[in-house]
Amino acid sequence: MLRVALAEDSVLLREGLIGVLQRFGHQVVVAAGTAKGLLDGVAAEDPDLVLTDVRMPPAFTDEGLRAAITLRHERPGLPVLVLSQYVEQTYAAELLDSGRGGVGYLLKDRIGDVTEFAAALARVAEGATVVDPEVVRQLLARRRDPLDRLTAREREVLALMAEGRSNAAIARTLVVTDAAVAKHIGNVLAKLDLPPAEDDHRRVLAVLAYLRAGSG
Amino acid sequence: MPIRTAQEALTQRPLTFLRSAWPWRSLAYLVSGALFGCLLLGVLAGLVLGGVLLSVVFVGAVLLVAALLAGVPVARFERWRLRLIDSEPAHDPHRKPSDPGVRAWVRTRLREQATWRELGFSVICAGALWWLDAGAVGAAGYTVVLFLSAPFGRDPGAWAYLGPVIGIGLIPVIAFPLTAWAGARAALTRAVLAPRDAELGERLVEVSQSRARLVDAFELERRRIERDLHDGAQQRLVALTMTLGLARLDVPPGSPLAAQLDEAHHQAKQALAELRELIRGVHPQVLTGRGLGAAVADLAGRSPIPVDLDVQVPRLPSQAEFTAYFVICEAMANAVKHSGATRLRIHGRVLAETVLIEVRDDGSGGADPTLGSGLAGLVDRVAVVDGRLLLSSPPGGPTTIRAEIPCSG
Repeated sequence: MLRVALAEDSVLLREGLIGVLQRFGHQVVVAAGTAKGLLDGVAAEDPDLVLTDVRMPPAFTDEGLRAAITLRHERPGLPVLVLSQYVEQTYAAELLDSGRGGVGYLLKDRIGDVTEFAAALARVAEGATVVDPEVVRQLLARRRDPLDRLTAREREVLALMAEGRSNAAIARTLVVTDAAVAKHIGNVLAKLDLPPAEDDHRRVLAVLAYLRAGSG
Repeated sequence: MPIRTAQEALTQRPLTFLRSAWPWRSLAYLVSGALFGCLLLGVLAGLVLGGVLLSVVFVGAVLLVAALLAGVPVARFERWRLRLIDSEPAHDPHRKPSDPGVRAWVRTRLREQATWRELGFSVICAGALWWLDAGAVGAAGYTVVLFLSAPFGRDPGAWAYLGPVIGIGLIPVIAFPLTAWAGARAALTRAVLAPRDAELGERLVEVSQSRARLVDAFELERRRIERDLHDGAQQRLVALTMTLGLARLDVPPGSPLAAQLDEAHHQAKQALAELRELIRGVHPQVLTGRGLGAAVADLAGRSPIPVDLDVQVPRLPSQAEFTAYFVICEAMANAVKHSGATRLRIHGRVLAETVLIEVRDDGSGGADPTLGSGLAGLVDRVAVVDGRLLLSSPPGGPTTIRAEIPCSG
């Protein structure tokens, strides 16, 4: 059970999200409609995880994202999951670069797949990095040259790595053994000249940094 | 190209020019100018003299005002006369008086800059121009007549034969300087009496301002639509997929209802994805939030063709930002759709209060804005903010689109 601080300005979605969270046994301790409400609520309730929309009043631009980045600076280790209506590479990059610890950036579309959404939430709460597949797809589409050296299966593995999946999760998704996944990952890292990383979070950042560097 | 003025006529081949009506029209222009100027001198002098002499009575003041306003009919006549050697209509720079009646007309005219310019022209016309016209025609005529009349002199000698030959030979030669002077005279008349920029300029500024307002309104409207869709339909669809997602949990897997729920869920997600693309096309949120650089980086991320991106611009006024974004968007779409390019290069900088955008592809080239592609709309869109769009697209490529968009304050 997680104590979740939620910020979403649309009442319809806020209620829907509370429903989904409760369904998976979590407790919503803060349900705010503004970024300020979220910051105040987090200060008062000290939740286990923050779930926020990007765009909120008053200016409806990126208030939620700024609040999330502020929270990650002020409370290192507080897991933050940001929901966005669109994939904005800039926003994703700002969020991922803003600190360490559990962080996620997902399209709002993903909430509909409630089981997967709940799983992603749990991974962020455990300190993992979760990146929307759409972000990864766009990043992969930008880098061509070294990625061409990867096999189709290795590209799949790379995409899942960039989304922040663990070895076991990758193995489940691709229906292969853990050992096979480990071998693919080794190949990918070697082909892209990336250092073998000891934990998942660092690996995600390394992969994302690699993909982003090629797009500038 | 049709010949519109005496000056343009001079650029034709000499024989073509001599066979045309232009030398005669020029002659008619100069002769009528000399006669009219002479007459004008008399009228102006009469009005002023009469006005001064009768200044003790009311009639004198009327005559003086008439002298001041004499430029208006003179200019009208000169503009009409101009058509002899300049086929492009010369526009009347005067405004329509706001009220009917002679007083309103006089008041309006006396306040207009054009009236005073026309008065100045009339004075120059009466004082100098007609002399010059008469001098040019006179000198030319006198020279020809002198040679032609040589046989009738007291002691012609060889001139009896040579004179007429030279005289006749001079006629076509003289046509050139005469036409040149008439052309210069007409250019002067047009510059003073039918300025393209001054009073017209006021109207043009007004027109371009109203166009800019339209564009502003257009952009605001797009933002509003984006907001409305985002706050309304999009949120509802997300909520719908959530509800359907939750419902799936409560239905035994493999049952017919589960299959239907799956289908409904799939459809709702599809609608959401399509709506998202639509909204992004209307007005990308990241443009408002993070500016051109981020919005273009995002655009590049979704491009099916690899993009080399080098856009380094600060935050700009929203109209310049939106226009620059629009240019890049359309140029990329064109490259993807028509050029068969395998690589795009986007370059953006701000120099001297102008955003310079360059989109280059390595495709097949041959892009033509007149062929109803998105390029024509792009040209219009950039023109509205007083920018320029330059296109280089030789057959075989590469295509480079360059936009210069002013972005001061």
